[in-house]
Amino acid sequence: MNKVLFFAHLRDAVGEEFLTVDAGGKTVAELKAELAAKYDLPKMDTVMTAVNEEFASNDEVIQDGDEIAFIPPVSGG
Amino acid sequence: MMYEISKEPIDIQAVIDKVVQRNAGAITTFIGTVRELTKGKKTLFLIYEAYEAMAVKKLAQIGEEIEQRWEGACVAITHRVGRLDITDVAVVIAVSTPHRADAYDANRYAIERIKEIVPIWKKEHWEEGEAWMGNQLETVAYPSGKPEESDLNE
Repeated sequence: MNKVLFFAHLRDAVGEEFLTVDAGGKTVAELKAELAAKYDLPKMDTVMTAVNEEFASNDEVIQDGDEIAFIPPVSGG
Repeated sequence: MMYEISKEPIDIQAVIDKVVQRNAGAITTFIGTVRELTKGKKTLFLIYEAYEAMAVKKLAQIGEEIEQRWEGACVAITHRVGRLDITDVAVVIAVSTPHRADAYDANRYAIERIKEIVPIWKKEHWEEGEAWMGNQLETVAYPSGKPEESDLNE
């Protein structure tokens, strides 16, 4: 299973800080599209993805146990 | 702990003290504060949220980039999370280097990189509503799903 974390406007849209899903074998893009459709997530083309706390490309394949995080454009500083 | 996310107000002097070194000829300190007016709109307060584990790693990455690029540099960064009022300190960056020009340049580099790669978000609260801020104008898209080299080297 995989923990999927949401932040900022995505957390508001999903209504949870994280979800537990079975994403092993899927690409980042596939998981993103699936969750975007299910939760009607806005502006997903601007959202980056982290796998195990490091930025990952859309074609990276998720392994069972990986921690996924969707990272909207950041606004720290 | 040179890189921290803090739920409590930042002790500015403590961040500076971390970069004191005998070979330094300069320490620059950047203090980011909460501004009241942005394009005429009045902010009441902000909420900062972080993906803390990754944010600390990305702050450390910025420090490593600086230490490679400016010889003899030493870096410490603390970013606040939670509710911040107008004038509160959101981030403190301290950089020491053997010579002053490098200390200014490296410190500027650190804040620009924070705005690109560190997973921290702010929610603006105004009198008439609230919104999560993207990259200021919501103009940046990442078609590949992560920042490109060109995005990272600007």
